[in-house]
Amino acid sequence: MNTKLKALWGGYGTVLVLAAVIFILLPLSLDLFRLNLVGKYLTYAFVAVGLVLCWGYGGILSLGQGVFFGLGGYCMAMFLKLEASDPESTKIQSTPGIPDFMDWNQLTELPGFWLPFKSFLFTLFAVPLVPGILAFIIAVAMFKRRVGGVYFAIMTQAFAAVLSILIIGQQGYTGGVNGITDLKTLHGWDIRTDEAKYLLYYINGALLIGVVLLGRFVIGSKFGKLLLALRDREERVRFSGYDVANFKVFIFCLAAMFSAVGGAMFTLQVGFMSPSFVGIVPSIEMVIFTAVGGRMSLVGAVYGSLLVNYGKSYFSETFPELWLFLMGGLFIAVVMLFPNGLAGLSNQWREWRDRRRPKAGGTVTPLTAPPAGATPPPAGKDPLPPVASVGGGR
Amino acid sequence: MSAQPIVLAVENLTVSFDGFKAVNDLNLYVEKNELRVVIGPNGAGKTTLLDLICGRTRASAGSIKFKDQEMTKMPEHQRVRKGIGRKFQNPSIYESLTVFENLEVSYPRGRTVFGSLFFKRDAAVRQRIDEIAALIHLSDRLEDQAELLSHGQKQWLEIGMLLMQDPELLMLDEPVAGMSVSEREKTAELLTRISDNRSVIVIEHDMDFVKRIAHKVTVLHQGKMLAEGSMEKVQADPKVIEVYLGH
Amino acid sequence: MDGMTLSEIGSLLVMQGFNGLSFFSVLLLMALGLAIIFGQMGVINMAHGEFLTIGAYTTYLLSVVATDYAPWFMNFYFIAAIFVGFIVAFIVGYLVEWSMIRHLYRRPLDSLLATWGLSLIMQQAFRSTFGPKEVSATLPDWLMGSYAPTDTIDIPLNGLFVMGLTLLLTGAVALLIFRSRWGLHVRATTQNRAMSGAVGIDTAKVDRLTFALGCGIAGVAGAAFTTIGSTGPTSGSLYIVDTFLVVVFGGAQSLLGTIASAFSIAQAQSTLEFFMTGSMAKVLTLLTIIGILMLRPEGLFRMRVRK
Repeated sequence: MNTKLKALWGGYGTVLVLAAVIFILLPLSLDLFRLNLVGKYLTYAFVAVGLVLCWGYGGILSLGQGVFFGLGGYCMAMFLKLEASDPESTKIQSTPGIPDFMDWNQLTELPGFWLPFKSFLFTLFAVPLVPGILAFIIAVAMFKRRVGGVYFAIMTQAFAAVLSILIIGQQGYTGGVNGITDLKTLHGWDIRTDEAKYLLYYINGALLIGVVLLGRFVIGSKFGKLLLALRDREERVRFSGYDVANFKVFIFCLAAMFSAVGGAMFTLQVGFMSPSFVGIVPSIEMVIFTAVGGRMSLVGAVYGSLLVNYGKSYFSETFPELWLFLMGGLFIAVVMLFPNGLAGLSNQWREWRDRRRPKAGGTVTPLTAPPAGATPPPAGKDPLPPVASVGGGR
Repeated sequence: MSAQPIVLAVENLTVSFDGFKAVNDLNLYVEKNELRVVIGPNGAGKTTLLDLICGRTRASAGSIKFKDQEMTKMPEHQRVRKGIGRKFQNPSIYESLTVFENLEVSYPRGRTVFGSLFFKRDAAVRQRIDEIAALIHLSDRLEDQAELLSHGQKQWLEIGMLLMQDPELLMLDEPVAGMSVSEREKTAELLTRISDNRSVIVIEHDMDFVKRIAHKVTVLHQGKMLAEGSMEKVQADPKVIEVYLGH
Repeated sequence: MDGMTLSEIGSLLVMQGFNGLSFFSVLLLMALGLAIIFGQMGVINMAHGEFLTIGAYTTYLLSVVATDYAPWFMNFYFIAAIFVGFIVAFIVGYLVEWSMIRHLYRRPLDSLLATWGLSLIMQQAFRSTFGPKEVSATLPDWLMGSYAPTDTIDIPLNGLFVMGLTLLLTGAVALLIFRSRWGLHVRATTQNRAMSGAVGIDTAKVDRLTFALGCGIAGVAGAAFTTIGSTGPTSGSLYIVDTFLVVVFGGAQSLLGTIASAFSIAQAQSTLEFFMTGSMAKVLTLLTIIGILMLRPEGLFRMRVRK
């Protein structure tokens, strides 16, 4: 019984702690303004969790997650904006009943692609599916042709550039650089009240825990092991009879849809959506949330998002000059010194300690953080003299 | 042995890289349950031949028929599913997984995205892994991270991963390179054992090893077949002696 | 286009073509250094734009020195700036390779993230030193004015100068890669690192020099950049994605490909700008490149290599 409990704790303990932090600790210790801020940071955690799967496990670095976060957020914002633009409250416009920014841009009619967003049901489906379908198209085109690695990273970055330029350039249809603002109600329910903010915070937290659990399911399945296998030895997986591209497509789409849910929750909690969450810079910043938390740790990614964003608002309020230095330093540090981020620190510390204490037949240090509770590797037989292990290239 | 049907028929196979023909108008027939060794000097096109058969490289011309089915246009994973297994020259295993997981991932069930998400580790899987692990002398290392294995054990593990798929044609690229004498011994035994019910193509440089395992030897030189037959016959062939000792 | 005479339309086309050529020069100047670093070494340097900015600020500083203290220097400082810009960017690049890049050669994605961090640090360093506002170097007289072969055609001299400089620099890079001993070592190292090491090439030194040289070229590009635009802390990073696309689109290991792709991208964009807004022209150009790369991931020019 006791061991069973322990096993259960080993599997879900970190998630339980995270849930306690999100649902109990933070709401009890922060005022509503701060809690709302934390809620905003937690929406980035959706992106970070997706990146753990896609980048940490799958080795696919996407520098365009802002695209999916933004699209999810825009889908939600379009619905809310339409609700806020009823003919009654927009009667001073030259064309009442359409969003204010359209009126300012001399549009006289709601553009066709806005129409379906009058339906909440459609919006609920559109939030994950619009980004998901875009991700699917990108991923199929790239992975079926075996484009990967840095090429894929650059292409996703180009997509982030394209979408942000497009949104900014087409202000009449998108609200331009200001984004979609002045969002008020969801089905008549005012999202700006205190109760609404609390409720949205909890919904957001519950969705996030759900996403983390889903991520754990994926990692724990054979699919998860295949992801690791793919990351390290794509050819071997292919020549074991797997259609490698399909696996990459799936995990990329899943990460995109996670991001989209985060984006929609962002819109609901913060009350607007703008292209400043879509472009190249925000997209690459989202990678650092994951890297700081630990690219192999779903729970770590959530803490990483909280920590980096807290640091960002703290420093940009108090020492704005320092923030970019710090951010830049973080990028370099997590790559060069702490490849497994916060989640890997305890392992790194143990390894460092072991190395200082000279021991016969020093243990080999695994590249990836072994799962918590893994048995320590026994001192293996001495490997044969290495056969020039060149090749592989970069 | 001559009564056995042909499993693999390679005909007029050619591949060129910017005009250089790495494999040139090659014909090769492998029978069921045969253990064929391909030898030849460096650059003879041995590895390229295996690449062509498993689909890592696309042929410029010619045909590859496996069990009377044309392979040249088929994607790699399909060829694997038809029963072609390929071991690479450097041990190609998943270092961050355990030995058990390495074998499990190679089990030919749950090969689609959703199949792998909902894959269950049942008794049949465990049994198969235990069988293979015993065969490749890694029964007591199942829970170890694969990167902790010795070079020779990694080679065996990769062979084991292929055996999990139970391929009808197994291709091995220099399986004993870098192995100790005793490991070579065990590998020779292993190869003889696994070629009982499948065809095997081995690329090898070590002539003693070749002598021990080969049913039939094919000598490649500059992308073409130079000689074929028993080890004794090939070794006595003046053309082969010229290529190996000449210049 | 009503009410235009044929010659007016002709002039417009010439000027439009010239705009495209100017943009081509900027892209190519940036892409040259990147093509060396990415194409030859496989390293993604996200801070490449900041090396361009280094060259631009160096030029600006020299122009301040010239206007304030040494008016006689005014006519020549720009030539000096090209060399100083190269040297400064080269040295910084050398140090960056030594302290950072060389540890990341086997981890291209990580080097991408680390150099992004570096670019943030450099941008903030520029901002702290030179202020957030854009600055402009005072151009020597011989770079001002324009060349007007007909009444309706008006081609600015600074644009012509940048084009000339681009041609020269491209020629120099081609010579370096294909004719010099260093180039031979670089190409050897690119193709087979282990073998190159075995025949006595100091591959670590080759890497360091290659990286530093790529950065130095960006420094020259920065100097050239000051003649057609003002310099701010983020000037260089504006073009970084375009430049990567240029290099990838051209086929990462082909100098000719880089030139061809810079040319087609620049011309496409400036031609499209004639028909639509700048932002839509950019969107359409980027999407076209992405589309083509999806169909042909290896880029315009490529080598087929035996695996």
